[in-house]
Amino acid sequence: MTRAAFAALLSHWWRNPVQLFTLLAGLALATGLWSGVQAINAEARASYDAAASTLDEGRYDRLVARDGEAFAQDVFVTLRRAGWLVSPMLSGDLDGVRLIGIEALTAPAGMGPVTLGGDVNLAGFLTGGDQVFANAATAARLDGVEVLISDDLADDTAIADIGTAQRLLDRAGLIDSLLMLPDQPRDLPPLAQIAPDLTLQPAQGGTDIAGLTDSFHLNLTAFGLLSFAVGIFIVHGAIGLAFEQRRGMVRTLRALGLPLNRLIGLMLAELLVFALVAGVIGVALGYVIAALLLPDVAATLRGLYGADVSGTLQLRPSWWASGLGIAFAGTLLAGASALWGIARMPLLAAAQPRALAMAAGRRASFQMGAALVLLAVAFVLAFNADGLVTGFALLGTLLIGAALALPPVLNAVLAFASGRARGVTAQWFWADTRQQLPGLSLALMALMLAIAANIGVSTMVSSFRLTFTGFLDQRLASELYISTDSAAQTAALVAFAEGAGAAVLPIQSADVQIAGQPAEVFGTRDHATYRDNWRFLQSTPDAWYATFAGQAVVINEQLARRGALGLGDMVAIGSLTLPVAGIYGDYGNPIGQVVLALDAFAQEFPGIEARQFGLRVAGDPADFVTGLTEATGIGAGQTIDQAGIKAVSLAIFERTFTVTTALNILTLAVAGFAILMSLLTLAAMRVPQLAPAWAMGMTRGALGRLELLRAVMLAVLTAALALPLGLALAWVLLAVVNVAAFGWQLPMYLFPLDYARLGGFALLAAVLAAGWPAWRLARTPPGDLLKVFANER
Amino acid sequence: MTLLIVDTLTKTYATADGPFPVLRGVSLTLEAGESLALTGESGSGKSTLLHLIGGLDRADAGRIMLDGQDIASLDDAGRAALRRGTVGVVFQQFNLIPSLKIADNIAFQARLAGRHDAAWCATLAERMGLTDHLRKYPEQLSGGQQQRVAIARTLAPRPKLVLADEPTGNLDETTAATVMDMMLELVAETGAGLLMVTHSQVLAARLQRRLHLRAGQVA
Repeated sequence: MTRAAFAALLSHWWRNPVQLFTLLAGLALATGLWSGVQAINAEARASYDAAASTLDEGRYDRLVARDGEAFAQDVFVTLRRAGWLVSPMLSGDLDGVRLIGIEALTAPAGMGPVTLGGDVNLAGFLTGGDQVFANAATAARLDGVEVLISDDLADDTAIADIGTAQRLLDRAGLIDSLLMLPDQPRDLPPLAQIAPDLTLQPAQGGTDIAGLTDSFHLNLTAFGLLSFAVGIFIVHGAIGLAFEQRRGMVRTLRALGLPLNRLIGLMLAELLVFALVAGVIGVALGYVIAALLLPDVAATLRGLYGADVSGTLQLRPSWWASGLGIAFAGTLLAGASALWGIARMPLLAAAQPRALAMAAGRRASFQMGAALVLLAVAFVLAFNADGLVTGFALLGTLLIGAALALPPVLNAVLAFASGRARGVTAQWFWADTRQQLPGLSLALMALMLAIAANIGVSTMVSSFRLTFTGFLDQRLASELYISTDSAAQTAALVAFAEGAGAAVLPIQSADVQIAGQPAEVFGTRDHATYRDNWRFLQSTPDAWYATFAGQAVVINEQLARRGALGLGDMVAIGSLTLPVAGIYGDYGNPIGQVVLALDAFAQEFPGIEARQFGLRVAGDPADFVTGLTEATGIGAGQTIDQAGIKAVSLAIFERTFTVTTALNILTLAVAGFAILMSLLTLAAMRVPQLAPAWAMGMTRGALGRLELLRAVMLAVLTAALALPLGLALAWVLLAVVNVAAFGWQLPMYLFPLDYARLGGFALLAAVLAAGWPAWRLARTPPGDLLKVFANER
Repeated sequence: MTLLIVDTLTKTYATADGPFPVLRGVSLTLEAGESLALTGESGSGKSTLLHLIGGLDRADAGRIMLDGQDIASLDDAGRAALRRGTVGVVFQQFNLIPSLKIADNIAFQARLAGRHDAAWCATLAERMGLTDHLRKYPEQLSGGQQQRVAIARTLAPRPKLVLADEPTGNLDETTAATVMDMMLELVAETGAGLLMVTHSQVLAARLQRRLHLRAGQVA
């Protein structure tokens, strides 16, 4: 019984291959987009894990030289003898690989090579033999040293004993820093006494790579989910239509004695088989998507956060499982209502013909009710969402509510147009379009979500770009930026600049904790550059004057939000406690920032000397650099002009959104595919509806053209409704999600030309999708149309 | 031997205008191998009675004993088993499975019942004049041919009772007569009882007994 019934159910798909293709393709595309994003995320996270297990430097306080230079290894010995639990580190470039020297016996637990492959001579490592640890890819680039493979290590990183590193880097007897282990013994002699040239850099636990990039991955995941939702709309449509068409078969199967629970079980099994097939295809597709996008993602993360991510993809079980899991979940989600309908359907009621439109009509009021409830929830959340969870809840309710509201709204618009129509063809066109709406509604919902996502993301990106460009103009006001190697070079620079009439603005900072948040403190010289160029989000009158007078500080938005600091609130920096006089926008910076007067900075951080400078040059910066090089030996490699910095910053920024742009295009393509498949699936059902119009004198060509016009008109209406939804989406991303994820809010700008172009793309997608079905309809043989009247179909 | 006993059966449907009693105490019996025509006006309860006997619906009151089994005592699975093995239904609308070939449609119910006999199916196809169409799909056949497929499918598991609901209602007169000839001949050969709903007095006259329903009661 089971075999016969299952074969009968499956036979439907072989007789309707377009439906089968729609179902499998929709599910595979949805799974592909989702698992592609997951693959990228998994790859990046694996890279962070490797980096963390290699050397989790950020977790520990460190002692560094006040002048930022390397210092003698003897200091390490002195401190250890005094009882301080410290461990030396040295890093440098070896054949383009970052070689890190550690002292294995004193290093914190968990640092260094974790898993050693093959026969490893650990004694050789400990006794300073020329052994270097690296993963296989990195090892291939290291010549002339004995490399032991450890796959846990991050790309482009190698670990060696500190003695080996000193030898290979040609820095004998020198170290960069001393890691301070937690839980130091009590009653130790003060550091200032035994190591007066060193300063303590606090751990930056809150700014570890994974934390910084979480928000980026969250955005990717959100877009992956949105793409998946669009795909699930296709699947839901295909399953719904297939089940609708199989009502007759279901009735017959039950009438012939197939028990209901067996029937439901078989239909469920059938869906799960499809989910498995489409899931495997989708995961493979996701691999291709991820492989294409990963180099850009790696570049983005490297540029934006300094996170090193391997640019190549590995097959990881986690995202295989995730992809197949989401395929099964999506199929069950999309098929649940259809299965539920079959399960609840009385046997004899199934015998009654139920047109798709009738069923949709009964659902319409429920659907509109659900849409209104969701949009009301979104409205409430819009004024109360203050975190990522509520932000994404707002996004979800807004998008789903709007999608559910689309068919009733379109129906109302079509009813209005139908009432205004003059002429028999126009009246028939509008009435027929309304009849088609239920069959196309899922594809149109997918199209609306895709267009809205495009509008929302492009608005966010363009707003970000506009703001960021303006921000760079403010913050990179100096014509030249110069770095020096030593105190002597700094003195020569200052002397030359003063002689040339240029103002020197030192850039020096220290890492601190403020209000429980990791932050950077900048010492700033009193100069008009700051007063003229920096724009505050909030400030007291004369904020800069108070700051330069050492009576206040200004802070960035991130610190203000995370530390709950407002104007007038006191900020403690070491022994200083000063009020906040201004809050400035600091786009792209992951951590808090405080600016205080140069004198106050020097007083609080006496050992830190500036090694970078902004220079306000009156004449041609190139002439200044030439003169500077001749007079001081500071090379062109140490100077960078403002245009260069801006170009680099913008290039980093552009790559940040390459991934989301690619996902947007894919999502729009999926929506176009949904329209095509819906129209192809509906085409067979259209013949009985169009045959009477043909019989009454309309040509097949005219019917085909009207079909095309109908699809285009519905796409235009959908695009028009997607515009406000897209703008709302942009607002949520900029004002809610961005604040929660990054800590700063972006102003929102509108870009009508971009929207018009998007509308054009949507129209093109609709024309391409509707063209083929319309062409096929226009060429329907008269014999097929006649069969409608012969009752022989 | 009595195959079917229907005893004071009642069924009421809820409608927009209130409860509508379709069957009001209908009783009948059918012997094994006997054929009985159920006639009556539209709405007289003929099809409802057929559905209740076939286990497609439940009665409000009364008793249906089929082959010694009380249908009212069966749950959904039991009634499904009854439809698979004991009863065969021929519908007015044929209700073939459109995605299965004719050969598979004929064998389908026998397969469901676990009583597939390829030789018997081949005989049925031959007797019904379908041998040349076995590899076609239902949509490629005429209405008369499709109804012959439906009859062959019903007889393939050799049911004890054949229920036919206006089996020739969708066919022209000549085709209807041919199909009826074939059905009556084969039903008689299998020894099954036949209960047929029809509007046609001509067709009703060809069966052994006739029962007329009027307003839910035996007239």
